[in-house]
Order: sequence, then structure tokens, then C-alpha cells
Amino acid sequence: MKVGIIRFPGSNCDRDVFHALKLAGAEPEYIWWSKRDLSDFEAIVIPGGFSYGDYLRAGAIAAITPVINGIKDCVKEDKPVLGICNGAQILAEVGLVPGVFTENQNAKFICEWTELKVETSRTPFTSMYKKNEIIKMPIAHAEGRYFTEDLKKLQDNDQIVLSFESENPNGSIQSITGVCNEEGLVCAVMPHPERASETILGSDDGLKFFKGIVKY
Amino acid sequence: MKYDAEVKISLKKGMLNPEAATIQRALALLDYQVENTATVDIIKFSIEGADKGIVKEEVDEMCQRLLCNPVIHDYNITISPKEE
Repeated sequence: MKVGIIRFPGSNCDRDVFHALKLAGAEPEYIWWSKRDLSDFEAIVIPGGFSYGDYLRAGAIAAITPVINGIKDCVKEDKPVLGICNGAQILAEVGLVPGVFTENQNAKFICEWTELKVETSRTPFTSMYKKNEIIKMPIAHAEGRYFTEDLKKLQDNDQIVLSFESENPNGSIQSITGVCNEEGLVCAVMPHPERASETILGSDDGLKFFKGIVKY
Repeated sequence: MKYDAEVKISLKKGMLNPEAATIQRALALLDYQVENTATVDIIKFSIEGADKGIVKEEVDEMCQRLLCNPVIHDYNITISPKEE
């Protein structure tokens, strides 16, 4: 399965995601931000990093690049799209998932392992987990505090994908740290599944995110 | 005609502002007791346009498409004839 990894100036988790996708049995390929036609790909991952130096707001400038139009076409064709960390911020800026990821409550960059609850298994990325399963993955962000004005809509539509289990490090509303669109095929998560894709890294709990793409 | 445009971007009322809270705490360390600290981003540029109204409409569109995030921001646009 051919999975595209979007690269912007400032992306820095692209090679980690490539490795994790390989482990999961996918055929990953890098895509530069100026590419408009993504019809060759069956799924898309937007990796973490600091695209365009986080100028204006994290993800704001990446959100208006040509590749985003290609991603919107993929969404129309029901291809799975996963945004991790900066990728999640970009998907929120584009409006492909509801809400926004903004400055952490304590105004610090937080880099630590977190316990997370899988809130739904209806997305391709979480299909190999059980609902309410507790998993361990790291976060690494300064702008990860999730906020939405439509919390009830998210709950009613089963659009909450991940939440912090034991503590809420960044002050996110309802401890939410992963959301999806109504269809469940576009998913934005602040934790890094690729950094938890092998036991040597401290956990392989994140690998199923990528195996789920291949299985879809 | 050339105009100077200024966009002031602030967080919506009630939104947490960690930067402002940090500044307020730092002021308290210097024994300044202040309240309601806020931060505002200002983006300035000059722009050509037929009249002030048309320019303001265009800048408003820029705010919605790029400069602001409507989920969390309020913005205020000021257009004035360019100072030579």
C-alpha cells in the first residue's frame, strides 16, 4: 500500500514516520509540499516538525500550500489522512478536523511519555485497538492544547480519538489530544505513534496506528 | 491609491492566554501588581487599492484565510492613506 508522507520546510518527523510505515508493511514515499496531484497514493500522513518555523501560528502557513488541495481530494475519495503533532495542527488550521491546537497552558514545550486512552476504534488508525484501551506514546509540543467551541458535537459524533489518561499536561479541553472528522477518516493526534513503534524506543503501542492504515 | 493596513489580532474573550499570564507573573516578581494582562499581535503592510472600502474587504479576506484562526481570534483592521 502506497502511503505518502508530506514534507514541508521544517518537517522533522518524516523519516521516523517512514520507518514506522515500513515496519507496518506499507510502501511509504515522500511528497514535497508543492505537489498538487496525490492520486497515486492510497493514504497520507502529515508528520510532525515545525513547518515554516511555526510562523503566525503552528501549521498556519503549511495550511495554504498546494499539497493541501491534493489532500482535500484524497479526503473526498475516502482515503485515510493522519496528521501527527505539527500535522495535527495543520489539519486543524485547514479545517479538515474541528477545533484548534494552541499554546500549552503552562507556556512550555512539553516532551514526555504520556498515558492515553483510545476513545474510539472506528478510525482506520485506531481500528486495531480496543475502545478505552490505555496506551503509551510520547508528546513533544508547545502548541498542543486542544480547544473547540463544539465539544458536544464531537462527543455526539464520536470524533474524539485520543485523550490523556492520567494527567492533562497541556490543558486541553476534556484532556482531548486526538480528534477526527465526522467520517473518521481524517485524524489529527498530538502524541507521536511513530516514536512508539518499537519496544527499543520504550513502547510499540503506536505501531498499530500504521498497521491500521495498511489494513484499511 | 496606496494605503497602510494594520491588523490587530487578539484572543477571543475568555480564551486562556499563557503568554500574558507569564508576563503578569513576571511583573509581579518585580513587585508590579497588574491585572487583565493581554497580548496582541499586530501585522502591518502597505497595499494598493481603488478605495478604502475595497482595501478593507481584501484585508478582511486575508484575516479569514490566513492571518487569524476564527476559532480563537478576534481581529481589528485599520486602513489609512499611506504616509509618504
